[in-house]
Amino acid sequence: MTTHLTARNAVVVAMIAFLMLVPVYAATTGNTFMMTLFTRIIILAIAAVSLNLIMGFGGMVSFGHAAYLGIGGYVVGILAKEGIDSGFVQWPLAIALSGLFALGVGALSLRTRGVYFIMITLAFAQVVYYVANGLDRYGGDDGLTIQRRSEFGGLINLSNRTFFYYLCLALLLATVYLVWRMVNSRFGMAIQGARSNERRMNAIGFPTFRYKLICFVIAGLICGLAGVLLANHTNFISPQLMHWTRSGDLIVMAVLGGMGSVFGPVIGAVALLVLEETLPHLIGLVTHVFTGKEIAAAKEYWQLILGPMLLLIVLFARGGIDGLIARSRNG
Amino acid sequence: MAEPLLRVDGLTKRFGGVVASDDIMLDVSAGELHAIIGPNGAGKTTLIGQLQGEIAPNSGRIAFDGRDITALPVYDRSMLGLARSFQITSLFRDFTALDNVALAVQAHAGHSFRFWRNARAESELRDPARAALKRVGLEGRADVIVSSLSHGEQRQLEIAMALASRPRLLLLDEPMAGLGAEESARMVQTLRELKQELTILLIEHDMEAVFALADRITVLVYGRVIASGAPADIRANEEVRQAYLGEQEVVQAQGAGLGATHG
Repeated sequence: MTTHLTARNAVVVAMIAFLMLVPVYAATTGNTFMMTLFTRIIILAIAAVSLNLIMGFGGMVSFGHAAYLGIGGYVVGILAKEGIDSGFVQWPLAIALSGLFALGVGALSLRTRGVYFIMITLAFAQVVYYVANGLDRYGGDDGLTIQRRSEFGGLINLSNRTFFYYLCLALLLATVYLVWRMVNSRFGMAIQGARSNERRMNAIGFPTFRYKLICFVIAGLICGLAGVLLANHTNFISPQLMHWTRSGDLIVMAVLGGMGSVFGPVIGAVALLVLEETLPHLIGLVTHVFTGKEIAAAKEYWQLILGPMLLLIVLFARGGIDGLIARSRNG
Repeated sequence: MAEPLLRVDGLTKRFGGVVASDDIMLDVSAGELHAIIGPNGAGKTTLIGQLQGEIAPNSGRIAFDGRDITALPVYDRSMLGLARSFQITSLFRDFTALDNVALAVQAHAGHSFRFWRNARAESELRDPARAALKRVGLEGRADVIVSSLSHGEQRQLEIAMALASRPRLLLLDEPMAGLGAEESARMVQTLRELKQELTILLIEHDMEAVFALADRITVLVYGRVIASGAPADIRANEEVRQAYLGEQEVVQAQGAGLGATHG
């Protein structure tokens, strides 16, 4: 175990150091796109870590996790539109509503198993998606531009890109630490026991339902926070925020990075979104080399490369990228 | 006579047209080792399932220590002191042996809404878990992942987990299933030690073991209790011989006088 940990720790430290240096690099090269990309990556990593708490550790495969991104985002957007800019109101309300929604979804869906659980969580997310589509006052399916980012009484300024980036990074690291403490606590043991063998958990005296429900709510709260950050990052909300494919992306991040570790989804979020950005360029480059000119249409087929990569990870590297790192050390 | 620790009264369970438990009456007194025997399909595991709470009976009543527990969920019965080991090994396969037992300890150490302290570093959980492993002879295998343990070791671990939940009544469902001669002997030794301080309800096919260990024996055939009494009485009971051993090869087991082989 300890040998795994050192190899893993090295990657974790390197990744954190890299994320901390992104604004420095962006400032020296003037590459603002990189700042935008990595702010988004960090926010979605928070969402992926929260999903992995219930999916990787609790065995609850939620296919509707993007709903919390939407709820968090829409609370910020709607309050901003109604003239309430204060983050002291927006943020707690957004997080509380996400948790409340998770409580309702969990109370119903956790009575089912397997495919039914996946379908019910998806169904609830779709309900929220269509409700957002119907909110004509808030842009309907066109979405809504947020004029001002959340105000914190002049204490902090979220419009400062660098400050906002570091705030998101700090919240990501806090989330990872919190989840790490949690999965190793008594609560985490109960959750993982329920994933491993729920029947036996009941037999030795655990009322598993209530532990799973609370875990589900905690994941919802954290993902609601990610939604708040995402709305502040893009200054825009639309139903696309919680399109079902977004829930799929979050699952892919966790699977790709590794569901067995708390930090895995962070690696997965970076890997997936960086691939999403670089694969089209790579295709352009390859077509240039072989035909002498870049074939723009071919760039759209970047998912043809990503798909098989995911397949290979799922088939041959069960622990995702994190698992590969852990094994490379003693293999 | 004092109130028995477990009293089963008129327990009936039907699966479609099959009556798996047919008006079962059963008393288990505190301190005894009570064995239930019967041919395959007699409804022994169904009976244990109802006692533990996984299966709801159609009618009848189960009382534990004078309290009606017929409608109580599985985890509440565990809290009262009913522990079950499973016929088909049911463990947390991706955890270590020690983690498995520590979870059983944790279940009975207050609620688990504790989010911060490292549970694997809590001596309040680890020490009793180690003690339970030691009692079944697995102290040297504490840090091995369950899926890497041998079948015999997993059966021992089943017992350790049941022990760690501080039971007042241990329900053991064929603890010797699939064990080799040496492993069986080790299990009999473990059970002999446990019966000094625990009340045990034992389902077992190994007749030699049953007659060596049991204080009382109940014979179940097609869901019905056909006899109940001391081992000597059961051995002498003509109905038991006919019903239970009728079509099967009777083996004169030394020291037991009654034994049967099963496929």
